[in-house]
Formats: sequence, C-alpha cells, structure tokens
Amino acid sequence: MRRVRGLRLAAGLLAVGLTLAACGGSGDDSGNTATPGSGGGTSAAGPKMKVGMAYDIGGRGDQSFNDSAARGLDKVKAQYGLDVKELEATAGESPAQKEDRLRQLADGGYNPIIAVGFAYSESIGKVAKDYPEIHFAIIDDFTEGTDTGDNIANLTFAENEGSFLVGAAAALKSKTHNVGFVGGVNTPLIKKFEAGYTAGAKAVDPSVKVQVKYLTQPPDFGGFNDPGKGETAANGMFDAGADIVYAAAGGSGSGVFKAAKAKGKLGIGVDSDQYNLPALASVKDVIMTSMVKRVDLAVTDFVTSVHDGKFAAGNKVYDLKAGGIEYATSGGKIDDIKTKLEEYKAKIVSGEIKVPAKV
Amino acid sequence: MGRFSPRSILLGLAAPIGALIFAALVCSVILGVTGHSPIDTMDAMVDSLTKPRLGPRTFVNSLNSATTYYLAAVAVAIGFRMRLFNIGVNGQYQLAAMVAAALASASWMVGAPSFLRIALTLIAAMLVGAAWAGLAALLKVTRGVSEVISTIMLNAIATSLITFLLSPDRMGAVDPSGNDTRTAKIDVGGQVDGLSYPGTGSKIYGLVFLAVLVGLAYWFVLSRTRFGFELKATGLSEEAAVASGVSVKRMVVYSLLLSGAAAGLVGMPALLGDIYTYSSQNFPSTVGFTGIAVALLGRNHPLGMGVAALLWGLLDNTANSLDVAGVPKEIVAIMQGVIVLSVVVAYELVRRYRVRLEQRDVGRALGTTKAPVNADAEEVPA
Repeated sequence: MRRVRGLRLAAGLLAVGLTLAACGGSGDDSGNTATPGSGGGTSAAGPKMKVGMAYDIGGRGDQSFNDSAARGLDKVKAQYGLDVKELEATAGESPAQKEDRLRQLADGGYNPIIAVGFAYSESIGKVAKDYPEIHFAIIDDFTEGTDTGDNIANLTFAENEGSFLVGAAAALKSKTHNVGFVGGVNTPLIKKFEAGYTAGAKAVDPSVKVQVKYLTQPPDFGGFNDPGKGETAANGMFDAGADIVYAAAGGSGSGVFKAAKAKGKLGIGVDSDQYNLPALASVKDVIMTSMVKRVDLAVTDFVTSVHDGKFAAGNKVYDLKAGGIEYATSGGKIDDIKTKLEEYKAKIVSGEIKVPAKV
Repeated sequence: MGRFSPRSILLGLAAPIGALIFAALVCSVILGVTGHSPIDTMDAMVDSLTKPRLGPRTFVNSLNSATTYYLAAVAVAIGFRMRLFNIGVNGQYQLAAMVAAALASASWMVGAPSFLRIALTLIAAMLVGAAWAGLAALLKVTRGVSEVISTIMLNAIATSLITFLLSPDRMGAVDPSGNDTRTAKIDVGGQVDGLSYPGTGSKIYGLVFLAVLVGLAYWFVLSRTRFGFELKATGLSEEAAVASGVSVKRMVVYSLLLSGAAAGLVGMPALLGDIYTYSSQNFPSTVGFTGIAVALLGRNHPLGMGVAALLWGLLDNTANSLDVAGVPKEIVAIMQGVIVLSVVVAYELVRRYRVRLEQRDVGRALGTTKAPVNADAEEVPA
C-alpha cells in the first residue's frame, strides 16, 4: 500500500510538473479525500447538516469582521452539531477563484452556504443560479440583479444607526466640543458610518466640530489594516483639538487607540466589542465604547432558519430594532450617559429619529 | 555545439525540474512538521484536476490564470533581456486595464463594430501601459534614475491615479451595490467570447490566443530581428554594444516601452472575457509580481515561460481544493516561493556545470585535456 501511494506521489509530482499529463491516471479512488479531515471523526453518524462558510481576506482570526462571523458559526455548530467547512479568500485573487470556492462548497454537499463580505456579491449571484436547491447567504450586500434570488438571503446592517449612538456618546463626553472620525477606506459602506456618527454628534450638540479623515482610497484597501496610518490620522485630530476619535477602520483602529493612549484621549471601537479583544488589551482603557455589528447574530439566525426549514430569501436588515447593532458598555466609561443613549436608541427604534445613511 | 543537442536540452530541463522536486520536498517537510500529510495534499491537488465538474473547471481556471501570467511574464522578460528590472508591470497593467475598461464601456463606443471596439480597447491598453513605463524610461535616460526604484514608486502612484480617475464624475460609474468603485460594464459588443470546454460552464478566455501571439512576437523579435539582437547584446555587454554602434539610451527607451505595452495587455483577457469592468474590489491586483516569478522560472524563454505560467496557474487554482481538504492553502505560496528561490540557484549550478563541460570539450578538441584550459576557469563545487 505504501509503495502504491509512493508511486502516486511520484505520479502527482509529474502531474504538477508537466501540468497536463496525469489527468487520466488517478481518478480511481476519489472517495478517499471527500471526507473532511478536520472534523472529529464523527462524520459517519447520521445525516448532519453541512454548513459551508467562505470568508473574506483575513478569515478566522482577523479580530474583527470575519471573526464575528466565525463566532456565530461556532455557536450554531455546538448547538446543532453541524458539519462545517470554512474556506477563506486570498488577497488579490480573481473573481473566478471566489466563484470556484463557492462551487466547491456546493459540489461538496454543503447547504446552506454563507459568503462573508460584499466581495462575493458577483460570484454568489452566478453560483446560486446553478444550485437552486442550496440556500445561500451573503453578508453586507444587497444589490438587486447581482446577488438576489429565490435562494439567496442578503444580510445587511444598519451601521449608521449604531454610529449615530456612538456619535451621540462622543458629543456627550467631549469636553472640547470637537470629535474625530477615522475611516479605513473611502468606500460607500464606511461613509454610512460617517453619516450616522456626524448626525449623532450634531443631535446632541449642534455646535460640535466633527473632523473626518479616510486612511486610503480604493483600490488601495490597505487602510483597513494599517495601524501606522491610523495613529498618524488620530494624532492629527487630537492636535487639532479633538478629544474622542471613532475608528471605523478595521485593523487600523489599534493605531488610533495607541495615539489616544499616548495623548490621554479616548477612542471608539468598531464591529466587535473591542474593549474585550485580547489583541487590544494594552489599550483597552482608552476604548470608551464600540459600535458593535452583530455579524454572529446574522449567521446564527440564518443557519437556524435553514435548520428549522424557515429560510427566507431577500434582504434582512440587522438594525437597532432587530438587535443586530449595539453599542458596547464594557469598561463602564459611558455608564453616566447610558440613560441618554437609551433615549436616542428608543427614538431610532420607534422611527422618531431617522438616521441618514449617506453623507 | 548545436543548440538542440540532447545534452543541452537535458541541461536546460535539469534546473527547473530539479527546483520543482526540491520545492516539493521542502513543502513535504513543512506539511509533515505542521501535522498534515504530504500525500493527502498531493491527492487533493490531483483530485482537483480529475474529479468530474471540479477537474474541468480547475483546468479552465488554470489556463485562464496562465494566460494573464504569461503576458505579465513576457512584459518582465523584455526588460530582463536588457538587464532592466521592470517591477512596475503591476501598476502598468492596472492603470491600462482601468483606462481601457472606461474606454470600452464609453457610450460613444457602443454603436461601433465589435472587432473595432476590441481592437481599440487593446491598443489603448498597450498605449497606457507603454506610457506609464515610458516615464521610468525617461527618468532613466535623462536623469539616470534606476528603473528599479522608479517603477516601484510608479506602482504606488498608479493606484492613487486609478482612485482619482475611478470617481463617477471622471472615468468611473456609479456602482449599484454602493460597496465598490468601478467603471461601467462593457456590453456584449465589446466583450470577447470565451471557448466552451466540456464538463464545465466556465469558459476559456478568447484572448488566450492573444497571449500566444504575443509569445510568438516576442520570440520572433528577439531571435530573428536586428533589433532583438541589439537588445540582447546590450543586455549581455553594454560596452560591446556601444562599441558596435548601438545607442544604449535608445534601447532602454524602446525596451521599456515594449515591456509596458505588453504589460498593458495583462488585464485584457480577464477584462474582456470574464469581469467586463475594472472594479477596485474584484480585479486581480498582483499579477505583475507573479509575472516576475514566471519569467524567472521560464528563463525568459517564450516556451519556458508558457510552461511556468501554466504551473503557476495550476498551483493557484488548486488552492481552494487544498482548503477543502483541510490543508492550509498557504502551502501554495510557500511552494511558489521555494520554486523561485531554488530555480535561481539551480540555474546557476547548471550554468557552471555547462561551462565546465564546454571547457572540457574545447580542451579535448585542442588535445590538452590534462591541464586546465585557462587559469581563470570557474571553480565548480565538488
């Protein structure tokens, strides 16, 4: 047996080397690799629901967006005993590779399949058409005609509402009547954060000054992962009189907090409750609050709906009302203004305050 | 001393195949140390080419990737032949693809005949690529700025320029999703049809033939024209070229312009055959650097780079299958890195061995095999 596999290894090497030659040689035992290796060896027991997850660049362990989705997946995995397969994107890859990733999950019998991030919008639209019996979900995108269909759920978030509340918190806490906004990349999505933040700050204090800075312009998406740029931008804002800066900048946020700590100012986190992230433990005392985007909730809701046979296609918006958006209170720095924030929250939920989504 | 004697072919193949085997060994060790089975990894790679549905799709995707990688490699190789290191292929092709995408989707183009539209798009891409590389050439011949530095910096400038131009009030279009910035979509008249392949819905880029044509042109110009001879001569020995009346400055400008023009074509197969828009989110963004690796592995040879491009495309497109099989797909990047490093070393070893063989041949012809032919013979590791 060993010798046979050794031979196969040699054949495989040749196949890679000559690229085409070995196509016919080794298709005889394809059952061998079909079982996922990383499970617990329990795959033989009963028909488990198989959930496929395609992450964006960074994948599990990015301390932010993807990790939040992973938390949701872990929860439902424990709850329902799922068989999960997690794949992740490579930086700079072509759309064909994104499409291939989703097709591999579909061909592997995974249903439902969750695509994390708007980068999958084109590919999920194409793939879902070819697999009408599989339920798909995409997080952060809803584009009529691109990624909509009878078997696609579009899970989006009202980031502007959460940003409104942290904007209000910033204005309530600011002593200099001057607050800052650091956006990672100047995309329409991040502008939605800015719009809510500015509106919230102005609702509390119409005279407040809001400084706005984006770290990079697309197609340079480095601004989501460049703490150095975040630090420079935040320093500039603190020097210009701001005392609280909101970092809607993914991994660059740590630089903003570093600058705040060095200057004795405050920062506001994004996506996760960043006060509690181990990677930010050294700067957590300057994280006043965070605008929490419950991607985990969207994932658990979606998987549960498929599990219970209640899949619903179309756009589901996770807003303050649905509990998909929150502000974090860890650290206790906003306990004194919590009642005021809850008032604003109630007004947004009731529709009395309409938060703008565009600058 | 024929160029295609069995010995010279064997020697030519020894380095890349040796490097490949060495890279496979290194990867096996890394996989073994991290607790993954190298054999299962190989199985997954082979499966990704042989399973129904998956196999044909992987093949088509690999061929498509290889098409773009090959064009990038030719662009890099044109520079290499002149001892010029054009690291700016990445910026050149992105800027060219963006401008060409905007042009191809412009409203005044819509009525034009398909052939004319596609030809204009390709020409525009080549002109933009050449112009961007031309800046580096200009700096080099007028101010002596190393093209290594200037092309790297022009890469960064290209992304900023693209951002500036991609705004909806300039060359961009409003994106319906609101999550991306992109040019308007090129309609059917400006697209290049793909070729169907049995067993999959994915299509082979129609512009795969463009890559073949560019390869042929590269081969012809370099080995069958006076210009190609002068280019190679300048690369081999600048002094000798000057002595024989070649203007080095002129050659620098020409070769960088040609390199940039080839770079301009890199994004075209994907743009006109699959994506139909230049999108800051979804357009492949690192092909220029892949081209450097492919040119190194293929030794700037038109056929060698073709094989190298296919290998690279294949490795890249089996990554998802590895991910599915539970093998960290980063092993692909490690493998590619090791291949490039070991191939450079292997070529040098083979070159020294070849020099020794030639010296022995000369010695035998002169009847003085016992003593070294000349005092400064290269030392060969035992």
